[in-house]
Order: sequence, then structure tokens, then C-alpha cells
Amino acid sequence: MRQGKLGRDVGARRALLRSLVTNLFLYNRIETTEAKAKAMRPVAERLITKAKKGNLHNTRLAAAYLTSPEALKKLFEEIGPKFVERPGGYTRIMKTGMRRGDAAPMAIIELVGFEPVAVKEDKKVKKAAPKKAVEKKAEPKVKSPLKKAEAPKKTMIKKAGTKVPAAKKAPVSGEK
Amino acid sequence: MANPKQRFGKSRTRKRRANWKAEAPTLVECPKCKAMKLPHSVCGECGFYDGREVIAVSEKE
Ligand SMILES: [Zn+2]
Repeated sequence: MRQGKLGRDVGARRALLRSLVTNLFLYNRIETTEAKAKAMRPVAERLITKAKKGNLHNTRLAAAYLTSPEALKKLFEEIGPKFVERPGGYTRIMKTGMRRGDAAPMAIIELVGFEPVAVKEDKKVKKAAPKKAVEKKAEPKVKSPLKKAEAPKKTMIKKAGTKVPAAKKAPVSGEK
Repeated sequence: MANPKQRFGKSRTRKRRANWKAEAPTLVECPKCKAMKLPHSVCGECGFYDGREVIAVSEKE
């Protein structure tokens, strides 16, 4: 551990780094403490180097480390190929000042050349979706491109509303 | 039994405490928006770093 122990024993530290690296690959950019960002950097870079070759053995090594299959898929299909020409230095760390509360120095770590994946707050999405479904029964496909996950629910609700002319059924199913 | 009343006098205590001082942080001017910011870090006012990086455009909430 070139960067230190992060106040954890081996198990907790390994779990933390796996989680951080997996989320970096999923979201392209994450904000964490400076110490954690610096500690995860070599781990992430070595995995990317493995992904550049992309053989079965490397895939299995990465699969054993990452905590999500989506991250593994993205690493080998999207991130690895993009860095083929780059001889290391795939990540960038930028300091962002002190965290309110404990004054921990914070930093953003990101994959160079990748746009951060937009993260929407769950509460807002869940609140907004049922309302739209209830209000706009007549226009089925206007709002659907916004979110893939929410789209099937909406269409189901709308279909139920159109099949059965009784308008009260739609809001009831939406609330559930 | 004879015992000392106190280990350190007021003078010695106060001299020790007088040397504990807060230091002003080193600040530099943001090349983009001219606000003062920590060196080598993203500007908290405009969210820029290294000329281009828009980190968090946190306008009024
Ligand atoms: Zn600025």
C-alpha cells in the first residue's frame, strides 16, 4: 500500500477499493476523499491495462475483482479499447477542497476523455414518473425517452388506462 | 507534609499557550473568475480547473 491504510484492516480496505474502482468504471467520474482517490488510482489503472489486452485470463482476473458484471463489461468493451493508444495515465485526480463536516480534503477522480455519467436522484424520478403517467394518459410515447427503467411501467399504466375507460384505475395502479 | 501548591505558574502556562497560533491558508487567485482559491485545486466559485474543467456549476439553489 503505497498510499497508506485508510484506517482499515486488509479486508475492509480491499472491499473499499473494489467498490471505488467498480463505481469509477460505472460512472467515469466519482468524488471521494483525496486519500481514497490516490489509493484507488493504481488499482484502477492496472485493471484498465488488463482490459486493453482483453484476453480470457485478464477478463477473469478483473471479474474476480470488480463487484458488478456491468462494470466488467464496460471496462473491456468501452474503456479498454479507448485507451489502447495511451501508455498509462488513464485517470485524472483533481482536488476540490475540504468537505463540510469533517474538513476532509476531497478530490474528483475521473477517466481521462470520458464524460461523467449523469446520476439522477431516485426520489425525484419516482415522484415525477407516476404524476406524468396520471396526467398524460392520451400521449403514450412523449415522455418515454427520458428513462429506460421507468418506461415499461408507464406504458403498462397507460395501456391499462386506455383499455378500461374508467379513468380512476390508472392513478390507483400508479400509486402502487 | 509540605507540597508544592502548583506545578507550573501562570506565566509558564501562558507562555506555552501563546505560541499556539492559527495560520492563514495559502490562497491564489482563480485565473478564470479572480476569486481566491486553494492552490492546485478546483475553483469553488466557477468550478474551473486547468483552464477547461467545468466540475460543478453550482449556481443558486
Ligand atoms: Zn474561479
